[in-house]
Amino acid sequence: MPSNDERWLDAEAGPVVRPYALTRGRTRHAGEAFDLVATVTTTGGRVADPGALAPEHISVLQLARVPTTVVDIASDVDLPLGVVRILLADLRELGLVAIRAPVPAKPRQIDRNTLREVLHGLRAL
Amino acid sequence: MAYGHYDTAGVAARRHRAIKILLAGGFGVGKTTLVGAVSEIKPLRTEEPLTERGVRTDSIAGVERKTTTTVAMDFGRITLREDLVLYLFGTPGQERFWFMWDELALGALGAIVLADTRRLADCFPAIDYFERRDIPFIIALNCFEGARRYAADDVRIALDLDPDLPIVMCDARSKESAKEVLITLVEHVLSVADEPVSSSGI
Repeated sequence: MPSNDERWLDAEAGPVVRPYALTRGRTRHAGEAFDLVATVTTTGGRVADPGALAPEHISVLQLARVPTTVVDIASDVDLPLGVVRILLADLRELGLVAIRAPVPAKPRQIDRNTLREVLHGLRAL
Repeated sequence: MAYGHYDTAGVAARRHRAIKILLAGGFGVGKTTLVGAVSEIKPLRTEEPLTERGVRTDSIAGVERKTTTTVAMDFGRITLREDLVLYLFGTPGQERFWFMWDELALGALGAIVLADTRRLADCFPAIDYFERRDIPFIIALNCFEGARRYAADDVRIALDLDPDLPIVMCDARSKESAKEVLITLVEHVLSVADEPVSSSGI
């Protein structure tokens, strides 16, 4: 068995899990990586060729009309995270969504003020 | 659509903060229960690559050609304020799920290791993982009915933990108890966080 990560792309590959039919077999998205709590927002851009979008692309776009995280979108459209990431990257490439990194993009960089706000918020629950 | 406030979308885009908290623990330790007790639980599916390691440990006779499988993750959100949302992620503590943790851990506030005193060894890999990556964490002992209540000090010795590391007893079914676990984690993170360079605190 080939040991590389993309061995299933080989001609001898068997059936791939069905959700990836939506991504036409792609398991990696194009462009810059984004966190699963990155915020997605529609840009208001127009689709030149609506036929290029799958119904799932449209569902994702509708959810991102208000800033929404990648995980919330995946949960709401009920598709695996990996699939949603590819759909989002497609939309980003078409200029239809912007994906913003979460505030602490590096480990242990949540500032003390935010930590205190979280603490206060939890106590008030 | 369940979303309103279209007029404030621009403001929210600038200020929205999403904070990740990890919840580690073996199967059946109460992760789903704890997430459900304190947050709005949501379905989330991700993919697990069946790596060489996975192939050896899992019985996949007959499906050898399937190289990924979909797994459900415990996922909950707690809206603290319109612009400040906590996301709780729980995944099983076995090593074969580390590929998920690597991403979840990036930028996370910290982690909760949920332990069952009857099967303490189940949480060793999670503790090792967070210690190696210098991710602040606490231990929450889910006190199952009928399980012997161990003293926190006994557990500390059994798990060879730092004296400053908080160990809390909890009832994963109780919202108040789950809240207390989260509060303990945030207080711990604040106590170990580097002192601010300038004194601009609240």
